[in-house]
Amino acid sequence: MPDQLLFAAEVSINGLMTGVMYALVALGFVLIYKASGIFNYAQGVMALFAAMTLVGIQEGRVPFAHLINSITGAHVSTVGFEIPAILAILLTVAVMVGFAWLVQKVVFKHLVGQEPIILFMATIGLAYFLEGVSDLMWGSEIRTLDVGLPQGINDAIDQGTFNAFGYGFFIDNLDIAAAIIAAILVAVLIAFSQYTKQGRAMRAVADDHQAALSVGISLNYVWVLVWSLAGIVALVAGIMWGSKSGVQFSLSLIALKALPVLMLGGFTSIPGAIVGGLIIGVGEALFEFAVGPLIGGATENWFAYVLALAFLVFRPQGLFGERIIERV
Amino acid sequence: MFYREAGDFKTSYAADSQTFPIAFDRWRYYFVIAAGFGLLPFIINDYWSNAILLPFLIYAIAAIGLNILVGYCGQVSLGTGGFMAVGAYTSYKLMTAFPWLDMVSITILSGVMTAIVGVAFGLPSLRIKGFYLAVATLAAQFFLIWLFNRVPWFFNYSASGQISAPERSLFGQAVTGPAADPSAKYLFCLVFAFALAWLARNLTRGSVGRQWMAIRDMDIAAEIIGVNPLRAKLSAFAVSSFYVGIAGALFFTVYLGAAEPGTAFGIQKSFLVLFMVIIGGLGSIFGSFAGAAFMVLLPVLLTNVLTGAFGWDSALARHFEFVIVGGLIMFFLIVEPHGLARLWALAKEKLRLWPFPH
Repeated sequence: MPDQLLFAAEVSINGLMTGVMYALVALGFVLIYKASGIFNYAQGVMALFAAMTLVGIQEGRVPFAHLINSITGAHVSTVGFEIPAILAILLTVAVMVGFAWLVQKVVFKHLVGQEPIILFMATIGLAYFLEGVSDLMWGSEIRTLDVGLPQGINDAIDQGTFNAFGYGFFIDNLDIAAAIIAAILVAVLIAFSQYTKQGRAMRAVADDHQAALSVGISLNYVWVLVWSLAGIVALVAGIMWGSKSGVQFSLSLIALKALPVLMLGGFTSIPGAIVGGLIIGVGEALFEFAVGPLIGGATENWFAYVLALAFLVFRPQGLFGERIIERV
Repeated sequence: MFYREAGDFKTSYAADSQTFPIAFDRWRYYFVIAAGFGLLPFIINDYWSNAILLPFLIYAIAAIGLNILVGYCGQVSLGTGGFMAVGAYTSYKLMTAFPWLDMVSITILSGVMTAIVGVAFGLPSLRIKGFYLAVATLAAQFFLIWLFNRVPWFFNYSASGQISAPERSLFGQAVTGPAADPSAKYLFCLVFAFALAWLARNLTRGSVGRQWMAIRDMDIAAEIIGVNPLRAKLSAFAVSSFYVGIAGALFFTVYLGAAEPGTAFGIQKSFLVLFMVIIGGLGSIFGSFAGAAFMVLLPVLLTNVLTGAFGWDSALARHFEFVIVGGLIMFFLIVEPHGLARLWALAKEKLRLWPFPH
């Protein structure tokens, strides 16, 4: 095979892996949007917050240390011992569930029935708020996150492709782990929504709020459940991105990468989020590889959006979105 | 007591349909205009001009522009930062290419250029609706910022990639550049803000505005009763981008003086202007001013209180600012989703009836 083609193949595979990461973030959006019609811009900041909390708990930091020190003049920073990764993850899940409950109780309970744009603005407010809180709680320094996921080049693939084509593909172990975990996560989510009582309630609410209410499903409960699930998905995304590039502010910007994925796949479809993520991941990697050098590089900032936009002109509800039917 | 329609007789149709039908409102408005033009330029200093008045006026123009699109025509846009950048870079290219051109023409031409770009990015709105459109406008935001960052022609091949405004004067007074007097800058922006607000008010209550509102309330129904959605939507995009472009041009030439697209016109700016529109009140010109004032004053106030009064270090104060701004936005949306303009209208209603409750 010619070299160019091999490079392109390697770029596409790595693009697929990045696409999985995008899909993870998009998944959280879809869950909330389906069940409550809220377009949750704070999903990216939730991933940041979850990752920060995980690192903070793992390293045994005292939350709000800086604030406490400033007000009382004390000098607290850590509790003195580290907490194992599994326990830290469980604690973070608990924090995210608590957060979901709070968000529902304090904010969105009072906004039921408002226009979608108002709900969207509220989630932007929530994003600001959460960003400030996570900085206040854990400080804004860059942290490294290590929960024991494999890292570095995958030797087996490198060797195998070298023997087959005379050129070794560089695939990160972390990306492979992310793809596997994402697949498991999606399988669990689908099983949950198909085979459990709560999952059925969730689907009923997504279908029709009033009909769900009339058969005795508590909307509040389902919404808390959905926000918790989105929080857990955010935690998984936060772990993946955090292990890859460190836990820092830019982690919250992955929300912006997930938006074109959503557009492409449709706001209401879980398979759409996955397929959209893969298309965007491969598309932007290939475009940057083929056209990027000609026009100045860094095209991945906008290519996904332009791709999704061009696509949407032909299919306004995305690939798998519910058909938009309008009546007077 | 004074706030009554009673005794204020209208003898012509024009008087009946004026913007401020109550005499007290009218006089208050004249007073604000007179103070803005006649009093403030003489007492203004550098701090007031740079920290509060200039950003307030410029953001108010941008907020009116976005309000026309979001509040009157119902098309949510997150590309404001990108369109402001178009205005800024057009004015930069015009200022450097045609040094003899006066600032008023430059600013208006920047608005026209932005309107053209806005219409181009508004075209998908005919197919795409709601949040899909909001996300689609992000394509404009990211693409335009990338363009101004990467194509050297736009920043005249300068090594730093920054653009900086050369000094230009109007009636012998420098209005741009470091030597410009704060009162000259202020007056320059005020004239634009006043003229554009007046224009917006009259556009939105005329036939164009009624078409926009029909599209906002239900576009299919509007189409059936004879509103042309193509014309209505694209004209909203054009007018809105014109305002936003002028705001961007003023933001760069008068306020910043030097700019780098990522930091000056990034996605944060789009959200900031959208916040102003929502907090001020969708579909209200007064709301745009109120929202701009709120979002400009709040950080200044918070910084002064947190670092000044409590003596916290600036990083901590900045984090706290995020918490408070985010919290306030949610609080506002819960308490009054229709923004400051609605609160103002409620207060006026209460005043009219005072001292009776109903």
